[in-house]
Amino acid sequence: MAILELENVSKHFGAIHALNDVSIKLEAGQVVGLMGDNGAGKSTLVKIIAGNYRPSHGAIRMDGAELVMHRPVEARQHGIEIVHQDLALCDNLTAAANVFLGREKHKGVGPFKILDYATMYRRAAEIFTELKSETRPRDLVRQMSGGQRQAVAIARTRLSDAKIVLMDEPTAAISVRQVAEVLSLIQRLRDRGVAIVLISHRMPDVFSVADRIVVLRRGRKVADKAIAASSPEEVTGLITGAIDNAF
Amino acid sequence: MASALDVPTQQRQNDWVSWLTSRQAFWVFLAVVLACLFLSFATNSFATTNNLFNITRNFTFTAVIALGMTIVIITGGIDLSVGSVLCLCSMILAVVMHAGYSIEIGIAASLGTALIIGAINGVLIAYLGIPPFVVTLGMLSIARSLAMVASNNTVVFQFGPDQDKLLFLGGGALLFGISNPVVYMVALALIAGFTLRWTRFGRYVFSIGGNEKAATLTGVPVRRIKVAVYIISSLSAGIAGIIETGWLGAVTTNLGAGMELQVIAAAVIGGANLAGGIGTAFGALIGSALIEVIRNSLSLLGINAFWQGTFVGGFIIIAVTFDRIRNFSQTE
Repeated sequence: MAILELENVSKHFGAIHALNDVSIKLEAGQVVGLMGDNGAGKSTLVKIIAGNYRPSHGAIRMDGAELVMHRPVEARQHGIEIVHQDLALCDNLTAAANVFLGREKHKGVGPFKILDYATMYRRAAEIFTELKSETRPRDLVRQMSGGQRQAVAIARTRLSDAKIVLMDEPTAAISVRQVAEVLSLIQRLRDRGVAIVLISHRMPDVFSVADRIVVLRRGRKVADKAIAASSPEEVTGLITGAIDNAF
Repeated sequence: MASALDVPTQQRQNDWVSWLTSRQAFWVFLAVVLACLFLSFATNSFATTNNLFNITRNFTFTAVIALGMTIVIITGGIDLSVGSVLCLCSMILAVVMHAGYSIEIGIAASLGTALIIGAINGVLIAYLGIPPFVVTLGMLSIARSLAMVASNNTVVFQFGPDQDKLLFLGGGALLFGISNPVVYMVALALIAGFTLRWTRFGRYVFSIGGNEKAATLTGVPVRRIKVAVYIISSLSAGIAGIIETGWLGAVTTNLGAGMELQVIAAAVIGGANLAGGIGTAFGALIGSALIEVIRNSLSLLGINAFWQGTFVGGFIIIAVTFDRIRNFSQTE
């Protein structure tokens, strides 16, 4: 049973057809690797799921019901979270402050409300433990490694108990050693029943963690199959156009 | 599970000393204390009630504005208009009271002016995206000119029926011989410090300075916070202007000229980072105090007052250099 379903979605910007008739199903506890060359339509697709764009044609269904979103905030309310490529973290704040940014916990009565540091530190620590990350809630993000930063960004999605997490190039800007750490974070997230869309240029990462692969080329879906039934060679061919399509 | 959750608490106690020593405000505080100790022994005029009373009162005007400035600087902005806004607010207060209105109406008019100027600064910066440096540089010129217009460039020294109240407000000493301005300053510093540490607003101020884009993406109302921050800065200049008027008992149109630079210097010496994201209310007070202690000590030690700028300027550079060196040793 799909959590989110894109049905024949197209997006046009004037004469430019960024996406043409794309249908994708996202299922709970499944990682979908989304691949494609620059300009293939990956970011347009992500922005449609994230509520930044509305599709020109086609529909989005969540748990069977049609979903119409006008702003990114609405996607969040429906349990769709994005981990941005640059992670959108504040270096000068602690890990816990970043996890709770925009969703701070308060205590007190009426207008006399103060930040509830204790609860936020405890909850952040719980999430990091759950993700098996060694990130400490009180550490400043400035002092963290790329993998720990990624953990902070992912912890944000756990806080809201997101059903769908879109990850934009999570392994692009970090050292090889930390890639393994991030990939295991993605697996933990999947084990929690989250549907994950992993956008990546790195073939080995997609093949080590994704369950299914979707390839876009020039705004069209040219492949959608189980990762086991594909190979890096085939995917490369699909991305460049050497192979027309594979379903 | 339990042990993993205990880690943050242990870490907090172990790191307490290193936290303190990593604070620029702590080192500047130490410098102020050492300077005061030195002056107490080196001169017999420093540690007198009179001199201490003067010092504490003299730096309040800078300190009150430095509190507002620090909040602006934390968001990564700057407010160059504060010196002129101080002058304009003083002048509005003076002119309104001179015309025979009560002190309450005078203060309301004065703070209302500050509020409007802060809102204009904030809206131009937050909604039209004009750089803060440019907007507030323009406002520096406008506010000073409006002060001249309001007073016809004269000195106002008669404040109507409520003159005594105004002079007590700025020049009196209500609590245990501590001058009133100092009381206001401490109260405002406590409010600022509390707001920065314990409220959502404070958290958002830091997040904007840390990564404005991230703040926007996570749903922080960046524009509204920025407008509020420039209003706070303007209001702090207005409050300082009201207190200073009460203390001086006269307002001229060159009041607060060049003060913006002294205020920024105080904030920076106190640890505020002009790149945004870092700063404290305590630092704003300590930075202002250091500048005043330098000024005071030079005159007590019989050194030519022209040296003041060299010492203050030197301290700005030393304070920031210290910060740099600490960062280098941390990353290595």
